[in-house]
Amino acid sequence: MGLRSRLGRARDAWSTHLAAVRVAGVVDDRTWEGLTNALLLADIGLPTTEALLDGVRQRVGAEGVDDIEGVLGLLKEEILDRLGGADRSLAVGGQPSVWLFVGVNGVGKTTTIGKLGWREASAGRSVVFAAGDTFRAAAADQLQVWADRAGATMVRGAEGADPSSVVFDAVEHAAARGADLVLADTAGRVHTRGNLMDELAKVRRVADKGAGTVTETLLVIDSTTGQNGLIQAREFAAAADVTGIVLTKLDGSARGGIVVAVQEDLGIPVKLIGVGEGTDDLVEFDPADFVDALFSVDVPA
Amino acid sequence: MFEGLSSRFEGILRKVRGKGRLGPEDVEEFVAEVRVALLEADVHLDVVQTLLDRIRDRAVGVEVAGALNPGQIVVKIVLEELTAVLGGETFRPAYASKPPTVVLLAGLQGSGKTTTAAKLARWYKGQGRNPMLIGADLERPAAVAQLRTLGDRISVPVFSDSTDPVAVARAGLAEAVRLGRDVVICDTAGRLAIDEDLMAEVAEISAALQPHHTFLVVDAMTGQDAVTMAEAFHSRLGLDALIITKLDGDARGGAALSITEVVGRPIAFASTGETVEDFELFHPDRLAGRILGMGDVETLIEKAEETFAAEEAEAAAARMLAGTFTLDDFLEQLRALRKMGSISSIMEMVPGMASQVRDLDEAVDERRIDRIEGIINSMTPAERLDPDVIDGSRRARIAAGSGTQVGEINQLVKQFREMRKMMKQMGGRGPGRRKAGRAKKKGRGGRVTAAGPAPIDKKKGLSLPGLGMSPDDQGPSSGGLDLTGNWPPGPTSGR
Repeated sequence: MGLRSRLGRARDAWSTHLAAVRVAGVVDDRTWEGLTNALLLADIGLPTTEALLDGVRQRVGAEGVDDIEGVLGLLKEEILDRLGGADRSLAVGGQPSVWLFVGVNGVGKTTTIGKLGWREASAGRSVVFAAGDTFRAAAADQLQVWADRAGATMVRGAEGADPSSVVFDAVEHAAARGADLVLADTAGRVHTRGNLMDELAKVRRVADKGAGTVTETLLVIDSTTGQNGLIQAREFAAAADVTGIVLTKLDGSARGGIVVAVQEDLGIPVKLIGVGEGTDDLVEFDPADFVDALFSVDVPA
Repeated sequence: MFEGLSSRFEGILRKVRGKGRLGPEDVEEFVAEVRVALLEADVHLDVVQTLLDRIRDRAVGVEVAGALNPGQIVVKIVLEELTAVLGGETFRPAYASKPPTVVLLAGLQGSGKTTTAAKLARWYKGQGRNPMLIGADLERPAAVAQLRTLGDRISVPVFSDSTDPVAVARAGLAEAVRLGRDVVICDTAGRLAIDEDLMAEVAEISAALQPHHTFLVVDAMTGQDAVTMAEAFHSRLGLDALIITKLDGDARGGAALSITEVVGRPIAFASTGETVEDFELFHPDRLAGRILGMGDVETLIEKAEETFAAEEAEAAAARMLAGTFTLDDFLEQLRALRKMGSISSIMEMVPGMASQVRDLDEAVDERRIDRIEGIINSMTPAERLDPDVIDGSRRARIAAGSGTQVGEINQLVKQFREMRKMMKQMGGRGPGRRKAGRAKKKGRGGRVTAAGPAPIDKKKGLSLPGLGMSPDDQGPSSGGLDLTGNWPPGPTSGR
């Protein structure tokens, strides 16, 4: 199934701006205004939107493009330039490898671990879940349900326990059993809380301390996130050395455009996207699919 | 990243200086900056256009002469327009004439419904009601377990079973009636606005409960999609108000303003932290200030007022200025300060300080306050009144009683003495100072300044009135109590 058909259906507001641009037929000021609005509605943000369209404008002049489809083609290329070329594979190589999941509250960290654990276990890896969210009530119970589904081993601590020690124990447990992979959950935290960000940095350090190696630190971002997403990415990257983004809830009507700015500004690529509630609804991020889906216009009935 | 609007205006201000009134071209320059600020705050594109039209109309022809500079006038106009959107209709919690009052919560996955349900229940308890929670989120693993844990924490009963969400809601309501609970709050599964099946399900729950209030729970970090989402929920459920969550971050919350403008429903409550206490009725003018980057001064004032009973404060202040401030007064002040919440959460509400609070979090060790409280609690009333009577054997007794070191007691007494001296000096300056304090409190809505507060010097820490907090500055000149840095202190000079 192509990404486009898996992504949200309600793209009306966005589509309206693009459709208006297309219907006009000629490239004029309204074209640029329409494109600006469409990109802003996708949460791409004003600075990135202006940079993208400046690039397109220059090429339109230089290459003598004078039709709408040509302009749209150039815009897609500009976005792809910013998203392309990154290594999106999930690194392994530790004994075990540790993948750490971080992000603000409610973005879908625990669910992402559940789905990814299921995927990796299905691929024949032995997986340990570390219930590092010791703050949110019943977070470990939630992860346990996913561990049972995925056939992963679960290591948990008491509610309120030190998350670093839970993660450390999980890594040691995995090393002792010769497991391949530890997926470590952490409590959601707002990036303005200095003490909680320090705690996260400590979890990251401790996870690397024993037998295991942290080969991925994945920042989970909700597609509905607006301009604050860029600040989140910057702060989490500073605290925990983020290696990739998981963009969740892309099956809704939000388009997750903030990741374009995140990759351009911070060089952190999107590695996975969440497109549904099922265990297999976590898939590799494909920039071309993403951009195509961004520009798909559902013709109004 | 986000600058206050005032600082954005600085460049334009130089250009309009000396003009008699603002022409359309001048206004366009201001409006362009306002547009950038609103978009960065995640205000919906269409709402931005509407707001800019209104602002443009009001700003053209504004006279430049007067107390406020043109930039300040424009900020004031913007603030008033935002406040008008947010405060057009305020939410007043009403109670059913025939209890229970039924409240339904709905929203996207991860917006914070379950936590909000518990916070709301606690809020109703504070209003003297007897709430009950219904856990109708059977979708997310352990969502009901989460609600039960939170319910235990606030001593509110939770009803749920594993049938189906509509049946749970219905049975929960019957249970509430049987138990005589007068408020029922129903948590539901997160759902995408475009998921027809789940939207139909929540509509069914609504039909079964016939709620008196239906709240949409919205994450403050939401971007442009917020309006589409809210319209979908509104058309299915008929929303009464919004609850905005995660306002403790640095997201500006423009999405919530946009929903209010488009859907025409007010924001009822704001959730400002992870613990169940971090929840309050929403104040429109504060979010307006936040969207423009002006801080939540009024929340701060109100929190302080709430906890610090006015007379008590007056009396303590009088003693402070007279130099007869005692350790008992000091302890009161410490406790009041703690009741207000963590010091960092208070500082976040001061304009311009939100970004600097993280440094403070590390600097202010709240456990230190525990130790000071322990020491004062171990003193006799006479010692608290006049710490000068504390000699060597009293010191040893206090240290043993509070489980601290003699050096800590020395330091506390020394710093307290310095603080009292400093206060006496301030008191000698006459009443002018207190008037200034009052004037600040009055400035509702019209609080407009071009210059932000001075940045916190990381090394020196931050001084709260009466509590000098300077980790590097423990000498006799500190004139305050040191709540930061290393504790217990190294060897002090003693006496």
